[in-house]
Amino acid sequence: MADVGTVGYEPVPPAEVEDMELYHPKSFATKYIWSQDAKIIAVQYAGTAVAIGMVGLVLSWLMRLQLGFPEVFDFITAKDYYQFITMHGMIMVIYLLTALFLGGFGNYLIPLMVGARDMVFPYVNMLSYWIFLLAVLVLIASWFVPGGPTGAGWTLYPPQAILSGTPGSSNGIVLMLVSLALFIVGFTMGGLNYVVTVLQARTRGMTMMRLPLTVWGIFTATILALLAFPALFVGAVMMTLDKMLGTSFFMPSIVEMGQQLTYKGGSPLLFQHLFWFFGHPEVYIVALPAFGIVSDLISTHARRNIFGYRLMVWAIVVIGGLSFIVWAHHMYVSGMNPYFGFFFATTTLIIAVPTAIKVYNWVLTLWKGNIQLTLPMLFAIAFIITFVNGGITGLFLGNVIVDVPLSDTMFVVAHFHMVMGVAPILVVLGAVYHWFPLMTGRMLHQGWGKFHFWVTFLGAYLIYFPMHYLGFLGVPRRYYELKDTSFVPDSAHDLNAFITVAALVVGFAQVVFIINIFYSAYRGKKAERNPWKAVSLEWQTPDMPPGHGNWSKDLPVVYRWAYDYSVPGAKDDYIPQNVAPDQVEMEPGRKETAAT
Amino acid sequence: MSNRWIVAIVLFAVAIGSVIFHLVTPWWSTEIASNWSQIDLTISITFWITGVVYVALIVFMAWCIYKYRYRADRRAEYEPENKKLEIWLTVLTTLGVAGLLAPGLIVWNRYVQVPKDALEVEVIGKQWEWTYRFPGQDAKLGKTAVRFINSDNPFGIDPKDPNGKDDVLIEDTSVTLPVGKSYKVLLRSIDVLHDFYVPQFRAKMDLVPGLVSYFWFTTKRTGEFDILCAELCGVGHHAMRGRVSVVPQADFDKWLGEQPTFEQAQKDARLRREKQERQDKAREIKRAAKETKQTARN
Repeated sequence: MADVGTVGYEPVPPAEVEDMELYHPKSFATKYIWSQDAKIIAVQYAGTAVAIGMVGLVLSWLMRLQLGFPEVFDFITAKDYYQFITMHGMIMVIYLLTALFLGGFGNYLIPLMVGARDMVFPYVNMLSYWIFLLAVLVLIASWFVPGGPTGAGWTLYPPQAILSGTPGSSNGIVLMLVSLALFIVGFTMGGLNYVVTVLQARTRGMTMMRLPLTVWGIFTATILALLAFPALFVGAVMMTLDKMLGTSFFMPSIVEMGQQLTYKGGSPLLFQHLFWFFGHPEVYIVALPAFGIVSDLISTHARRNIFGYRLMVWAIVVIGGLSFIVWAHHMYVSGMNPYFGFFFATTTLIIAVPTAIKVYNWVLTLWKGNIQLTLPMLFAIAFIITFVNGGITGLFLGNVIVDVPLSDTMFVVAHFHMVMGVAPILVVLGAVYHWFPLMTGRMLHQGWGKFHFWVTFLGAYLIYFPMHYLGFLGVPRRYYELKDTSFVPDSAHDLNAFITVAALVVGFAQVVFIINIFYSAYRGKKAERNPWKAVSLEWQTPDMPPGHGNWSKDLPVVYRWAYDYSVPGAKDDYIPQNVAPDQVEMEPGRKETAAT
Repeated sequence: MSNRWIVAIVLFAVAIGSVIFHLVTPWWSTEIASNWSQIDLTISITFWITGVVYVALIVFMAWCIYKYRYRADRRAEYEPENKKLEIWLTVLTTLGVAGLLAPGLIVWNRYVQVPKDALEVEVIGKQWEWTYRFPGQDAKLGKTAVRFINSDNPFGIDPKDPNGKDDVLIEDTSVTLPVGKSYKVLLRSIDVLHDFYVPQFRAKMDLVPGLVSYFWFTTKRTGEFDILCAELCGVGHHAMRGRVSVVPQADFDKWLGEQPTFEQAQKDARLRREKQERQDKAREIKRAAKETKQTARN
């Protein structure tokens, strides 16, 4: 365990990096707008993602209004409703969560945490953001074309997505496919950057097995994304060709509204395979950064080393690898050869093992810790609960036969919102409370934060926990209205109304959070340096917030892993990664022990 | 009350509240009407195994929060790894997962193997209605293809296939099945994806244009059940409904006997078309006559 704990060392001089390597901004525009500084790009990415995410949030309110109070809101037609669910899903998964975790947190934290001055390709990094912005603008444009945005569901299944029975099948679907293709181009630029930076730009002493788990999570997720997004890309291109040029990649012979179409011989299932070959790793593209970040939040605020670091790293890598051979568990009732079910159910349930190990290790980090119930810690705890809940319902849906009655019901909606919506967003929120002082030099308002936390956590639980039971009942998802359905009792409609009210309240709490961010950025309490007494490198910069180039003339040298909390014998309960063994302040009368 | 108390109590309440909700919920599976009670059993097994883990984890966390609260004079334990504990947890989890997977795969194995004595019925989906086809006396369904579909032949049955002549066509969203019989449900879509879903049967499967998918089940009790479409199929998805009546065999036979066969339907369609043509012709002659009269008068 050479890399775990504090062990003997040979002093090395810091790496010398020539000043020339870094691009220096010369004007306001090059500093804040056409910026090549990963920290600014991170804020641009995050700001854009959150802005479009707010659109997604409002869409969710609108569809909840329809579900909770059908026939009350005349302005929501079936066409609108299907457009709302489609855009809500796509926005939240791709343009909010993927962009926020990788483009936002990835850009901000990777260079700082590995001890680099910036991403290795700053110019490409800048381009990455502007192409992402373009993708978002194209997405927004689909509201302003005839027919409006596509209403094909976020999975965009053909043939439906490009036939006239679906809203937005004339223009909306094309803009959606173009927007996705742009997003993938932009992401690939950023993604290559993150991977190369982690592999090549780590500072002296920062071995891979000394990286904070945040970096491991983002790094692995980026590799997944680089391998998975191309499947979506080709799917999007092929569907565009089917739509625009009349090719038949996904289109068999079809009669549309009584008319024979000219398509012939294509396979709708092929698209589903391509989509989910991307779509399942996508779940982990969102989840792995959340896993990493939450590990660091828990460790820092429990003042305890993360439990089982090496196993945590391996769990991330194994989950990432397995995520490529489970995709067809989204397709158990798709009409594919049912014998595939045996294989995919087995691989899917195997993933539960490394995932469970991660959960145990988070909980075991709390065990015998010295737990500070700060806001980041509260969000981390709420994450564990919602993630375990969502992971468990995944064991229902992954186990092929159990999926049969539950697929395409509200159970699925409840499951993926809990595991992929609520849980990662709780991590995002905790992470913002955690790193806000680093980014702005000020603390977020604690009272508002507490309010925000409790409403968000308990509210989200009240939304999604009962929703599973509607699924057991058999209430299908993607239904504009249930009307009279013999097996649905009136009480289910009451529950739907309750869920809608809870969703509006939780949404409102996010507005409070955003006000808190703007207020605290200017008026918040000044943060002391390294306010959480964290050990990882991002808190050890000469300035807070870190300046251009992150570090002073010398890059930091790393002597230990990212989890030296409460080391026996040390005076403080934390030893930053860049403190050399002979500089650790010891308790009187003790020499540092090599904890191995 | 201090912070840790509140958090610990809330966590505890979340765990206990979830269990209580599960016990008293009025929203639960509909009364089963097919042979797939084993699916319900696998759901119960999954609930038991995962539920215990869920509650145990939350309660343990609540206890940790209470017990290991922050004190400036205390230190957390420095313990980077604990191999023995990690191995134990991995082994136990693997066993738990195997306990879920094994019964699941056993039941799935039944699900994918259609019994030899299963009867066939075809469900056809199109935006946004269901129709059905039973094989006739020969117990064989005629071949179909999209190119045969027209207003006289909405099912797209191959007119040259002798097996198709006596197929019974149900051009209605309601269908009837006999109780106590196993059916292999053949699923065919002529436009987009659909999914034939009757909650009381538990089984379901997508309809995919370009191929015929299937599932099987046995009707176990009489009654009327809603059919829903469970795969988004366009703007009328939520309105794509049907009904299936499960009735005693005699009632079913009577009902089926009243439905037209493909041959009859074709004949009816031909007669209808011929009648229409005759009427059109008559109208045409009348109009022509009228016009001639008019011209003559002028």
